[in-house]
Amino acid sequence: MSAISPSMAPPMYDREVDPKNYLKAGYGLSSWLLTLDHKRISLLYLYGVGFMFLLGGLFALLVRTTLLTAGNAEAFAANKIWVSPDNYNRFFTLHGAIMVFIVIIPGIPAALGNFVLPIMLGAKDVAFPRINLLSWYMWLIGTLMILSSLMYGAVDTGWTFYTPYSTTAGKAFAGMIPTVAGAFVLGFSSIFTGLNFIVTIHKLRRPGQTWFRLPLFLWSLYATGLVQVLATPVLGITLVLLLVERTMGMGFFNPELGGDPVLFQHFFWFYSHPAVYIMILPAFGVMSELISVFSHKHIFGYRFIAFSSVAIALLGFLVWGHHMFTSGQSAVLSMIFSAITFTIAVPSAIKVFNWLATMYKGSISLQTPMLYALWFMWIFGIGGLTGLFLGTLAVDIHLHDTYFVVAHFHYVMAGTIFVLFGGIHYWWPKMYGRMYSEAPAAWASFLLFLGFNLTFFPQFIMGSQGMPRRYYNYADQYQIYHQVSSAGSYVMAAGMLLMMYNLAASLRSGRKAPDNPWGSNSLEWHTSSPPPLENFNGDAFPGDPYDYHNLEWDEKIEGFRAKEPLIRPARVAAAH
Amino acid sequence: MSHSHAAHGHADGHADGHGHGHVGHVVPTWLLGLVLVGLLILTGITVGLSGVPMGRFNTLVAMAIATVKATLVVMYFMHLRWDRPFNAIVLVSSVLFVALFVGLAMLDTATYQDLLITPEINRR
Repeated sequence: MSAISPSMAPPMYDREVDPKNYLKAGYGLSSWLLTLDHKRISLLYLYGVGFMFLLGGLFALLVRTTLLTAGNAEAFAANKIWVSPDNYNRFFTLHGAIMVFIVIIPGIPAALGNFVLPIMLGAKDVAFPRINLLSWYMWLIGTLMILSSLMYGAVDTGWTFYTPYSTTAGKAFAGMIPTVAGAFVLGFSSIFTGLNFIVTIHKLRRPGQTWFRLPLFLWSLYATGLVQVLATPVLGITLVLLLVERTMGMGFFNPELGGDPVLFQHFFWFYSHPAVYIMILPAFGVMSELISVFSHKHIFGYRFIAFSSVAIALLGFLVWGHHMFTSGQSAVLSMIFSAITFTIAVPSAIKVFNWLATMYKGSISLQTPMLYALWFMWIFGIGGLTGLFLGTLAVDIHLHDTYFVVAHFHYVMAGTIFVLFGGIHYWWPKMYGRMYSEAPAAWASFLLFLGFNLTFFPQFIMGSQGMPRRYYNYADQYQIYHQVSSAGSYVMAAGMLLMMYNLAASLRSGRKAPDNPWGSNSLEWHTSSPPPLENFNGDAFPGDPYDYHNLEWDEKIEGFRAKEPLIRPARVAAAH
Repeated sequence: MSHSHAAHGHADGHADGHGHGHVGHVVPTWLLGLVLVGLLILTGITVGLSGVPMGRFNTLVAMAIATVKATLVVMYFMHLRWDRPFNAIVLVSSVLFVALFVGLAMLDTATYQDLLITPEINRR
């Protein structure tokens, strides 16, 4: 700790240390790598996750490019393509493992949540700043472990590590141990973040920041935290059992050793289904912020949205069996899981209808974050509704393990990525104090939306026609769908590049951001852009985060100004 | 600067002022001793009963005794008896949660145990 106090900072940094701007509160590598400031940890996460997103995306492009042509097996035998069947299996496994465990799970909570959660509460930091930093290092170690598997030939089991294939000894599984151990360490990172957020929301709310005055993003982060703390240990247990079976030959899941492979699927999905809600719940939270702010209208049905987050978190634990309808699971259990799966559509729909009702008669501004929010409504609408097809027992027999499933979960999980991008554009001015150019940002979002639908909508069609997922070789009849799908993935890549260029350019030449460019009333927009080291230059007096009557547009600063400031000069310490 | 920053965060953060320099509930030594003796007796019973053939009830009895012991530890050694009821709710719901997971998974695997083809090596 003391190692990073300004007095001990190396003298070579002659730039002025300014606690009124967290970006200037310390210089040098150690001021970042040893920081306890939640805002800097958030940026560490943002760049780490961003880099891994690009890597995961690269593997996806390799998969899509391989699938441009039917008959890959013959082509490979004739030396016409360089991606071997084994390498193809590794590519989609790495794509899935990176995107799920390394990118989407920490994406919104650890990157965006870390930045705004304490500020929204009116606190100076999270409850356990050191655990917060530790969680980033756990993330880094887990990520490096998974990447190290590349040196051993990489795992080719798919991101689900299904037994008995994953515990069968063989050369192809040389990277299995580092990958599984890496996922285990990443689980701890996730638990630390969740625990930290739960405690922070309970204990560090400013006086006056009551539960029902919390921005809805915090309700969703709270629900996410519950899932992280309750479900992730089961992933740890499962992966340890898998490692023990693989290294010591004790039978848990492998029938040759007297184990039960379906038991592995119970264990795996008891974590991994709730993990879907770890991925989507924070996105719902960001959505509620974006929709209300850019409709300039009070959120509709605050309590319904808040409690539906908690309902989703709890119901999410009771549906894991719907991944196992065709795995030999007992019929009674499948019926129970199918029924509960339909139930969870209710709280999800409550949110969507409340967002629509918020927009109704609102004064909608179509700025980039709002565009991403609207894209999400479209994408998640399709992703959510196709989930009902898959939750239906009889239909699932036909659709299980086809591209229909692939399209469905990309429409849900990549929906989260769209909200992550929306959130990045929304909080970017707060993070860096710079505005990005609106037109390229909007074009990039449009390219991403177009590319996404081009990529995944044809997959619904070919999936319903029977194209199985994860196949290297396929029949000619599916080629046109695969080609459209691959073309879509290149459009998305172009959108990504444009988005990144535009954000990077804003740091160099963007105009200075006002404190409140969008007209939001949650606390982070009442402090300066970027915020001071301790978040507020004074005491925060939180109000209703969705009541916009206190704000007025100020042409001079090209931003909104509070008629009655919510941040007032600090009182004497004895006040409480 | 992160130093002072974090420290302030903590000092300022306790909105309810609870727990500043306040030592938690002190359990009298005699009570702790009594619980310890109880735990030792229960351990003795577990060891003793392991030699008594009761068929499938051996596991049930051992688990029941272990549950009583765990309850004693949580209530007296971990002070849950004097703690806020909310903490008890958290504990009980986590136990129910584990029961839900293990129960449903076992309910399923039990239905097809007879159908599994056990390799020769495990029959011996």
